[in-house]
Order: sequence, then C-alpha cells, then structure tokens
Amino acid sequence: MSLTQSPLDSWLPRVPLGAWTESAVDWATGALGPFFDGVAAVVEALVRPLNDLLTGVPAVVVVLVLAGLGWWLRGWKFALGTAVGLGLVAGMPYWEETMSTLAQVLVASTLALLMAIPLGVLVAENKRASAVARPVLDLMQTMPAFVYLIPAIFFFGIGTVPGVLATLVFSMPPGVRLTELGLRQVDKEIVQAAESFGAPPWMVLLRTKLPLALPTIMTGVNQVIMLALSMVVIAGMVGAGGLGDVIMFALSQVEVGSGFEGGIAVVILAVVLDRLTDSAGDRFPSARAQRLARQAA
Amino acid sequence: MSALIVQSLYKIFGSRADEAVRRLADGKPRAEALAGLPATAAVIDANFEVRPGEIFVVMGLSGSGKSTLIRMLNGLLQPTRGSVRVDGVELTTLKPAALRKLRREKVSMVFQHFALMPHRTVLENAGYALEVAGLPKAERRERAMDALRMVGLTEWADNLPHDLSGGMRQRVGLARALAAGTEILLMDEAFSALDPLIRREIQDQLLELQAELGKTIIFITHDLNEAMRLGDRIAVMRDGRIVQIGTAEEILTDPANDYVAQFVADVDRTRILTAASVMEKPQQVLDVNAGPRVAAKALRESQTSVVYVTGPMKRFLGTVTEDEVLRALREGRPHLDGYVSTERVRTVTADTSVADLFADCAESQHPVAVLDERDRLIGVIPRITLLSALAAATPDEPTQDQVELVGTKGEPA
Ligand SMILES: Nc1ncnc2c1ncn2[C@@H]1O[C@H](COP(=O)(O)OP(=O)(O)OP(=O)(O)O)[C@@H](O)[C@H]1O
Ligand SMILES: [Mg+2]
Repeated sequence: MSLTQSPLDSWLPRVPLGAWTESAVDWATGALGPFFDGVAAVVEALVRPLNDLLTGVPAVVVVLVLAGLGWWLRGWKFALGTAVGLGLVAGMPYWEETMSTLAQVLVASTLALLMAIPLGVLVAENKRASAVARPVLDLMQTMPAFVYLIPAIFFFGIGTVPGVLATLVFSMPPGVRLTELGLRQVDKEIVQAAESFGAPPWMVLLRTKLPLALPTIMTGVNQVIMLALSMVVIAGMVGAGGLGDVIMFALSQVEVGSGFEGGIAVVILAVVLDRLTDSAGDRFPSARAQRLARQAA
Repeated sequence: MSALIVQSLYKIFGSRADEAVRRLADGKPRAEALAGLPATAAVIDANFEVRPGEIFVVMGLSGSGKSTLIRMLNGLLQPTRGSVRVDGVELTTLKPAALRKLRREKVSMVFQHFALMPHRTVLENAGYALEVAGLPKAERRERAMDALRMVGLTEWADNLPHDLSGGMRQRVGLARALAAGTEILLMDEAFSALDPLIRREIQDQLLELQAELGKTIIFITHDLNEAMRLGDRIAVMRDGRIVQIGTAEEILTDPANDYVAQFVADVDRTRILTAASVMEKPQQVLDVNAGPRVAAKALRESQTSVVYVTGPMKRFLGTVTEDEVLRALREGRPHLDGYVSTERVRTVTADTSVADLFADCAESQHPVAVLDERDRLIGVIPRITLLSALAAATPDEPTQDQVELVGTKGEPA
C-alpha cells in the first residue's frame, strides 16, 4: 500500500483480508492441530517407504521395470526410449532426487485421484453439488501454484509433507472435472437402456456409466499426474526435496549446469509418466471397445 | 383385460405445469394454448388401451411426443398428470424399487440407436436383463443364447457389438428385450436407423417372432408404411395429441381429419387394402335349386349376363351365364345343377391384398368372387372397382407435410 494515497481514495473501506486470514489460520492450527498431525503422519508413512524403495534399489532395476511397463503398455519402441531416457538420468548426478520426486508424485497424485474421482461422480450425479463445485474448481485452477504453498507451510511447516499436500490439492481439479465430463458424456440412450431393464442406480453407475466414462477419466488421471509433477518441482521452495531442491538451488546460485541437469531429469520423467498413463486407459476392455466402436463409425 | 391402460396422460416440460394442463384441457392446439408460458407440452391428454398380444403402433411426425409417451409407459419419465396401468398396476405412484421390479418383470424396451453396451459381448448384452435380475451365470447364458437363437445370432455371441452391422445390432437389442421374458415390449423407432431393405427384413422377423411369441408390443414409428405393415392398431399423434386410433384400414379408408388424410396419402394402398375393403355386393345370387325361370327373370331385371350360384350352406359353386340359362330352359330342367361353371370366375379370400388381386381380375371373365373362410360368397370385385381403388392409391403431387415426413425417414444413425 502506498503512503502517498490520494485523498480521493480515503473513503474506501479498509479490508484487512490478510489479518483475517492470519487469525483464521491461527485458530485452525490450534483447534485442528491433532487432525493435521494425523494427516502429516499418513503422508509421511506413504512417501518415506516408497522413497526408500526407489532410491534403495539399483538404478538399473528401476530403469528396467519402467521400460518393461512401457513395453507392455506401448510396445518395444517406447520401452527403448524409456530405457535410454532414464539411463541418461541415472548417469547424471541427480538420480536419487529424481526418484524422490517420483515417489512424491506417485503418492500425491494417487491421493488426489482417490478424492477427485468420487467427487467427480458426486458432482455428475447431483446438480446442487455441481453448482457448488464449479466456482470452487474455477478458483482452484486460476490460483497461481505458489499460493498453495502458503497454507501448507502454515499447517505443516517445511519439508516433504507440505510439499506433497500442496501438490495433492493443486492437482485435484482436472481429476474432478474430467470424471464429471466423462460421466455426463455417456450416451443417454445406453443409460436409459440400463434403467429400463430395472438396474438400480449403483449398478448403472458401476457397470455402465463408469466403464463408458473411463477414457475421459483416464485423461483426467494423466492430467493430475502431470500437474503433480509440475507442482512437486515448485514445492522444492518449501524444502520438499527431490528435483525441486536441485533446481531451486541452481536458481539461487545461478548454476547453469546443475539447473539444466535437473530440468532435463524433470522433462524425461514427465514424458515417461505422460506416455505411460496415456496408454494405460487402453488396457481396459471398455476403453478399447469404445475406441474400436468410434473407429468403425 | 387390457395389458396396458393409459388415461388422460399429460407430460409438460418446463415450469407451471398445472397452468399448462388447465389451458390445454379444452382441446386448443398446444402452440396457441401455451403462448407465453415457460412450458412445452409433449403429450396431451392421451387415452388408449393396448390388448394382450397386439402390436399397437404410435405414429407421428418428429416432435409429436412419441418418445415422451413411450417413456412414460415404463416410468423412465414421470407423467405430469394422468394414469398408466400396466397389467392392472398403477405405475405413476410406484416407489423407485417397485418401479424397477415392474420393469424387470413386465416391460422391456428396444431403442432407436440400439443402446448396446459397447464393452460387453453380444451374449452379455443379450443377458443384461437377467444379470440385473440376479440370475446365476449358467442360466443367464442359456436364456441369452435362446434369445440370440430366436434372432439368428448365436454365432456372434462372443463378438463385441462393433463387429456387427446395424441390422444385427438391433437384433441384439431385440434379443436383449426377449431374454428379459417380459410380456410387454416397448420399441421406440426401433428400426428407423436402418436401411430400407434391412428394415424390411427385420420387420418380417419381428412379425414372425410375434406370431410365435404373442407379445404385447407398443411400437413407435414416423414411417407410415412401417406402421401399416406392423400395426394391428395404429394411433396417430400430432402436436402431442392422439388424433385417431384404428386399424390400418380404418385409418386409410376413414381418416379422422385432414391431417390424418394427408398423412396417409402417400401409403402404398394396394398392400394395405384387402379384397374385403374394395368388394361390392354381388348383384344376382341364386341357390342351385332355383329353376332356370327364376334365373332368367333375375338376369332380365338386373340387366346383367351372369348369376352367381350357391349350394348347401351357402357355399359358392360357380356362375351361370345367359346362354346356359337359355339352354336349361330349352332342355326343360327344373334347376341349375349341371349348368354351373367355375371356368369363367376366379375366387379369392377376403384378406387377399389388393396388390395380389390384379392377376385374378385379369383372368376372370366375370367379377372376381370373394369368399369367406367357409367358402360362402360375401362379395364380388368388378375390374372397374379395382381400377378405381388403384386410382385412389396413387397420390397427386406430395404436399408439404408429406415431404417433411419423407425427409425424416432417412435420418442417419
Ligand atoms: N427433456 C425435455 N425437456 C424439454 N422439452 C422436451 C424434452 N424432451 C422432449 N421435449 C419436447 O417435447 C416434444 C416431444 O418430443 P419427443 O421426443 O417426445 O417427440 P418425438 O415424437 O419422439 O419426436 P422424434 O421423432 O424427433 O423422436 C418436443 O417438442 C420436444 O422438444
Ligand atoms: Mg423420438
């Protein structure tokens, strides 16, 4: 706020939004302390072992496992690309950081999806929930990524846990959105057919709507993972560790070399995760059947 | 008892439905009655009963409310007002669970765009209703296979729907409804998405199955020829109202208003009209025991040259002409026995379609004799009568309404 405020503006009411937020956060840290401790413990318990596993086994094993997964999902060309890309990362000094980033992405996006998909179902089935959710999701998606770090620090201090939780919240919206979209796009006549034979709502949802919405939901899964990766890097700012730390450090020291290495590792990880999840959907018979049906039409 | 009874049924979309129903009650057209109201009247005061085992066709142009009407018959849409009774059960007040039970046990549906589940095999699709009903897998499979057998698709059981052509997919849709084992079948434009030839084929198949199974079928279509081919009775809908209900013949020969008359103007009458609907009263019928004098008198009075002769139980025996009557008189015979000939007259049954009459008419020297199932003479068809029936069957230039109707037929899948 400028000290040389025009007298014309002096009638404007002061809105102490910052102060309100602070007191709300203060209250929450006090009253909900045990809850936050519990959340932190759960996240910790998920990230730590996965991190230890990925950094503990030899890099070659991880590379081969991911390449094998790539072979199964997309074929040998992609497997080869994965092996070469990850091999490159393993040859650089930041393999451990890459693995801990991967661990954080996997935990954050899995938790995000566990909440986003049921929320998407609720929003698709319930008009009122949809009316509430839409502006909230809009807000979440327009907010700059850094903003998510602030409450995370307040409630959880610095470290991996606030990083993962900020990532979780940041990456959720497309999961909700695309689940809702997928469910709404299911052919009305097919849903009516299911209902016309007396299927109860849960059966229509589980055996008709969800399988048919799956390709769109899988797009949501892919987007959630991509967003999680981008956020985990930003979470380096709060000391979450991993590649984010490398890049933040390189930035502050203007170290072009290590900054580039960290950046390349992120890009390779991003490409591998993107392609893997992009094709995972096609493993489901319902998705394959629909793709074939579309091609035939 | 009727299989299905619909009384004063309304469906209004939008708000202020009560006001809309009140304004529509006196029969004004919906556009006029609802001017200024934020409501659309899709079905207005529908009343009809469907008898067990009949094919009841609802026909009307696009937007006339057919889909809305049929969806109220199994509760997919909740009526605004009125009553739907299926097998004596009032459907409009049923709780969701009871409604689902009724759908499982009494009413199944076939959809315009087949509505098969693309991720399930043909067999799994056919057995869907049984899966919903919670039958064990083996029994499900067996009954679904039976249904596929009825529509001739057993060898496709393990394929996915996308491997099948449109006509085959709809046969799966039909099998799915048949496997459910319900008495009532709702078919919403079930064949409209198919090519004309395929459509014809599947219509025949439906009729064959129907002859065997005797289901109660409510069939929606905008295609008049389809309605006439399939329907035991036809309800014509216009702008949300049912304007006429009757057999194909009743609607053709006695349209309730100009709208229906225009609608039916383009139908191929020769396939719908039967001998019974074009025949005339025979002028001169005599018992075989009548004497030649009586015959001569009859010929003189009616100024014709032929008498139709019947025997015991009024069975038709043949004709006698002037020449033979004269011969009988000259030979002094007491009755016509021995002079009756079947050479110069053809006989047909009452339900022969007009299209099949032409050959008989051409070969018959005298007007064709129409007989009932006990061979009794019930009418005759002079050539000129057939020709004038044919003339009525050839419409003039199509009017605007018919062009629209034809336009909606070829609608793509
Ligand atoms: N869910 C809805 N909300 C509002 N209006 C509707 C709805 N469904 C149908 N209508 C309207 O009700 C009227 C009747 O529609 P309906 O689909 O029953 O006609 P139809 O005879 O089946 O036509 P078509 O041959 O095009 O299938 C139309 O004017 C339509 O716009
Ligand atoms: Mg319709």
